[in-house]
Amino acid sequence: MSDPVSALGDANFEGFAAVHERGPLGMISLRAKSDVKGLAKAIKAAVGTPVPAPRRIVVKGEKAAGWMSPDEYILILPYDGTAAAMAAIADAMGSDHHLAAVVSDARAVFDVTGPKADQVLRKLMPVDFAALAPGELRRTRAAQVAAAVWAVDTGFRVVCFRSVAGYMMGLLSHSAKPGTELA
Amino acid sequence: MSTRLAKGGRLIDRSAAVEFTFNGRRLQGYVGDTLASALMANDQMLVGRSFKYHRPRGLVASGAEEPNALVNLGTGARLEPNARATTTEVFDGLSASSQNHWPSLEFDVGVINNAIARFLPAGFYYKTFIHPRAAWKHVFEPFIRQSAGLGKAPKEGDADSYEHAYAFCDILIAGGGVAGLQAALIAASSGSRVMVLEQNAHWGGRAPVDGDVIGGVPAADWISDTIAVLGQMDNVTLRARCMVAGSYDHGYVLADEKVADHTPGDGRPKHRLWRIRAGRIISATGALERPLAFAGNDIPGVMLASAVRDYVVNHGVSPGDRTVVVTNNDDGYRTAIALRSVGLEVPLIVDARAEVTGELPARARALGIRITAGRAIVKVKGGKRVTGVCIGLQAGEGAVLEEVVCDAVAMSGGWSPVVHLFSHCGGKLIWDEDQAHFRPDAERAPTNQDGAAMVFAAGAANGALQGDLAMADAARVAGIVVQAAGRTSTAVAASAAPTPEAAMEPVWVMPQGAGPKLRMKMWLDFQNDVKVSDVQLAAREGYASVEHTKRYTTLGMATDQGKLSNINGLAVLAQALNDKIPNVGTTTFRPPYTPVPLGALAGESRGEIFQPLRRTPMHGWHEAAGAYLEPVGLWRRAYCYPRGGESHSEAVHREILNTRANVGLLDASTLGKIIVKGPDAGRFLDMLYTNVMSTLPVGKCRYGLMCNEQGFLSDDGVVVRLSEDTWLCHTTTGGAERIHGWMEDWLQCEWWDWQVYTANVTEQYAQIAVAGPKARALLEALGGMDVSKDALPFMGFAEGTLAGLPVRVYRISFSGELSYEIAVPASHGLALWEKLVAAGADLGVMPYGTEAMHVMRAEKGFIMMGDETDGTVIPQDLNLGWAISKKKADYLGKRGQERVYLARAERFKLAGFETLDGSVIPDGAYIIAPGVNGNGQRNTQGRVTSTYFSPTLGKGIAMGLITGGLDRLGDVVEFNTIAGGTVAAKVVDPVFYDKEGEKQNV
Amino acid sequence: MLILECPYCGVKAEETELAPGYEAHLKRYGPGSTDEEFEAYMFARKNPKGVHFERWRHAYGCGKWFLAARCTATLEVFGTYPAQLSAPPAEIIAKIKAKRPDWKGLK
Repeated sequence: MSDPVSALGDANFEGFAAVHERGPLGMISLRAKSDVKGLAKAIKAAVGTPVPAPRRIVVKGEKAAGWMSPDEYILILPYDGTAAAMAAIADAMGSDHHLAAVVSDARAVFDVTGPKADQVLRKLMPVDFAALAPGELRRTRAAQVAAAVWAVDTGFRVVCFRSVAGYMMGLLSHSAKPGTELA
Repeated sequence: MSTRLAKGGRLIDRSAAVEFTFNGRRLQGYVGDTLASALMANDQMLVGRSFKYHRPRGLVASGAEEPNALVNLGTGARLEPNARATTTEVFDGLSASSQNHWPSLEFDVGVINNAIARFLPAGFYYKTFIHPRAAWKHVFEPFIRQSAGLGKAPKEGDADSYEHAYAFCDILIAGGGVAGLQAALIAASSGSRVMVLEQNAHWGGRAPVDGDVIGGVPAADWISDTIAVLGQMDNVTLRARCMVAGSYDHGYVLADEKVADHTPGDGRPKHRLWRIRAGRIISATGALERPLAFAGNDIPGVMLASAVRDYVVNHGVSPGDRTVVVTNNDDGYRTAIALRSVGLEVPLIVDARAEVTGELPARARALGIRITAGRAIVKVKGGKRVTGVCIGLQAGEGAVLEEVVCDAVAMSGGWSPVVHLFSHCGGKLIWDEDQAHFRPDAERAPTNQDGAAMVFAAGAANGALQGDLAMADAARVAGIVVQAAGRTSTAVAASAAPTPEAAMEPVWVMPQGAGPKLRMKMWLDFQNDVKVSDVQLAAREGYASVEHTKRYTTLGMATDQGKLSNINGLAVLAQALNDKIPNVGTTTFRPPYTPVPLGALAGESRGEIFQPLRRTPMHGWHEAAGAYLEPVGLWRRAYCYPRGGESHSEAVHREILNTRANVGLLDASTLGKIIVKGPDAGRFLDMLYTNVMSTLPVGKCRYGLMCNEQGFLSDDGVVVRLSEDTWLCHTTTGGAERIHGWMEDWLQCEWWDWQVYTANVTEQYAQIAVAGPKARALLEALGGMDVSKDALPFMGFAEGTLAGLPVRVYRISFSGELSYEIAVPASHGLALWEKLVAAGADLGVMPYGTEAMHVMRAEKGFIMMGDETDGTVIPQDLNLGWAISKKKADYLGKRGQERVYLARAERFKLAGFETLDGSVIPDGAYIIAPGVNGNGQRNTQGRVTSTYFSPTLGKGIAMGLITGGLDRLGDVVEFNTIAGGTVAAKVVDPVFYDKEGEKQNV
Repeated sequence: MLILECPYCGVKAEETELAPGYEAHLKRYGPGSTDEEFEAYMFARKNPKGVHFERWRHAYGCGKWFLAARCTATLEVFGTYPAQLSAPPAEIIAKIKAKRPDWKGLK
């Protein structure tokens, strides 16, 4: 089998912050109500984290679980781990009403890093970054497309749909152009 | 003449000279100059021509209110028309040219309009360009177009870049004058997040020019100390060169930052548009001085008194050697004092007030300046420059008592608060009788989402005009705002030393009894050439409303939006109507405060990122293969793949014939794919689709239709039963997000107790249609799964691997050929496509585009959403009754389809059409019926919906809607053509190719 | 540009993150309904100047539909609440009555 190819194949841009499109990342969209019995077990089995609180993401190494809506979670893991995780979810949820779908290929993932990484995003998202709570996963828009964003060690991770990866790269590069810092 | 003074100029750096050009002349200025001050320093007082009469125009103001000094800035890809010289910072290499004249600024042919000015009164255009009607198109409009507009639009793409930025704060302070800074200190000390935005490059506003003393030190010192203090605070953001353009609902504020206007080409964005959400807004935007209306007040050299002292104090520029000051208030005396203190001559101060008693007049008198009370300027003498003034009684009719030689006139008619930000989102104004201006009414402030006051005016913007009053007012208002934000301020307010001023006296026409001849030369709106006589004429002709008068005369409709003319015009109108000013009302202030470049509004949305282009995983391959791409929503899809010198239609024909003879590949990744799962999923889909989906066996596919509640077709696609409780719904390319949203709407808002989840997995899969008689052979060449008829029959699906890639294969056909649609995770999409291309080389595989797909589906009589449907078509119109369940009690659209109107016999229904001569019916053609309708247009009995040349059949084929539909088989009808004629066509079965469906089911 | 707080995720979303959905609290009339009932369901909208109840979707966020009580004249927002309520919550009704004494009620 050929290697999976991300939308932009590891694109990079160096401005006043660094923009890096990450290779394919495993993602599962899990829909279930928070009071469903098997949920905690399913998330634990799939990515090893507890159920995230509303609007939060719990990161554990390469894996993470994020709260997307009152009945939707995003599970993040290595690309080739999704089949096993799907099986573990099915096992844990049993007959509880839920929907799990692999969406690894439907997404593009960008890391925007550096001390001024937030300024890149402040140009694109109607989000008060100063008020972003620790561990908060914010769903919003970046200019004209939907995006999810959360803080990582050295900056932020931005996720959008795969088809607009080129647009997102263009936005982030334009906003990170050297000399265009906001402060 | 105007010139640079030997000393002074607090804002300029005399050690940093810059060179710039004006109309090609090389001139010198200093860093810190505006283009206006630098032009004046070079004795370039004439800066433009007025819009209507092409009269010579000089600098009037020193800021955003300047009506005359609009220039073309830069050249080529950096040409910016209508740039205001007074707010443009000069820089080395700047090039500017004047506007609205031909052939030159000094000699302008258009000035002929001035000679015939009395034949061009208010409403001239409305009155003149009506008859004869035919002349409008051929004579009047071309003439008006030729003379319309001021600057020239740039012809090249903008070389600069722009961007947006979002910001959030508790308290936004618009205006970095002393009132704004006072408010900022108080707001910041409360711990609130504070933003202070100042439109100029420097802080502090007018206070240093006016000689204010704040906290015991000169204003300039207090300002720099305050900026230093605020700059140290983490909760404060200071931004200069950032004009607050407008205030909107719920504390939304737009501000335009001129990041690199003064440093073009340095890589930074030219402008940055700030999109700010503020808890509360303090409008400390100051006040603007009003001109006085006397004859000849538009002659170059007549300026606002405040502007004259700005140029002297800020830039060390003298507007003239001998300046007559004319005023109706004490503030104007500051200009006389400022001029005298740098050694310039002030031969006379003309004060319209009968009594002159204030402290400032006393100081002027002490300097030996002659003051004449109760007097008026009867008229200004001069052409392209002031040469003198004639003085008479303000109470009189214009008899000249005295002539004074001078080369500049400084006029002050009192001050009007800048109420724009307060007014933009609904704040109401009150008329201040004492100061003769409108000011914000705090009792009727604009309100926010909680119903609480949102914009608070402070300082001069609130009518507190004098320095000490403005500082006190700003402190008071900031206190109110901090308290409203639920916080406590710890700062001690600074106070300014008082300079008592005697009362001003409103003067709207000078002299008050001036006759028609003088009134015709009294300008209200300098840019649009509106005079006192025009407003009076409008009143006589019945324009009693200020909004009507404004449009009739164009008063205040120039690019300065009436900053100088508004109140004066209103007062003249009120006088003419014999009514009080507040009764006549004021016009509505709308954003932006000053023009914002289109580039700033567009922000990053240009070029490659103008809009989000959606690309499939194979997009790059299509581009490399030379595909011609067409937009489908935000996607770009391959329309066809021309080879060699092929035209598009030749390529399309080749692709169709090859697909029908061999095998073709279509990138179908853009089709919507939505998973619907749960115990109630079948029930839900039965409501969503017109046919039954709950009975679809696992492993099978079924075509389905979706309608809106009115019963009209909304989307279609193939539904797949993946497992007992899971379906996969395919939608049209354009329908994916919409249909997913439609599903969620019903699940969340109507049937929230049903156990159904949806997931939009459109982009998870690349999808490739492999169609044609050799499709099976091609898949078998890849290997990995059984794709035989038995293992994978028509309308079935199977999961497995092809060429080692994980796939799901659907036996569905939109072309009428043996066809497989293969879904593969998007990350492997390109790999699968390339393997198909390689493995199919011997089989004659070719990619085909969307146009070939369209033609092939039309050959098969398959409908297309958006072609056969337009939002007014029900499935029954398209002979799709077979896809509508008669058994179901309910589905979305069922009740709508039961409306009697939709069952009328004359309703248009689907049929096929073939022209008698084999030609192609034009797109959009109507089927003509006998007679004409009430508008004299031909009656119609239908229209074409899809029309193509079929390479398979070698002739034109079409589908269309016609009264009677298939009942009309065999009839010959007429379609209109673009050339004006008609083309005859026979009504036929819309399935043109393989009527029995044998080719797809093999 | 409005700000509305999504009652599901608590984000104070600005209008560009939301999609409008017109009037709230409509009753669906399907097969079996009279022409008058169906017409009212499809087309008759109150469009009041003043207190208004409307549907919004947190489209660029959690994706949930919610309802908002808002004054169309002043843009004051009285509250937002989940779409699964068939009538506005009592506290929102009380707030509206306190602020708009002459409001005639939901019907």
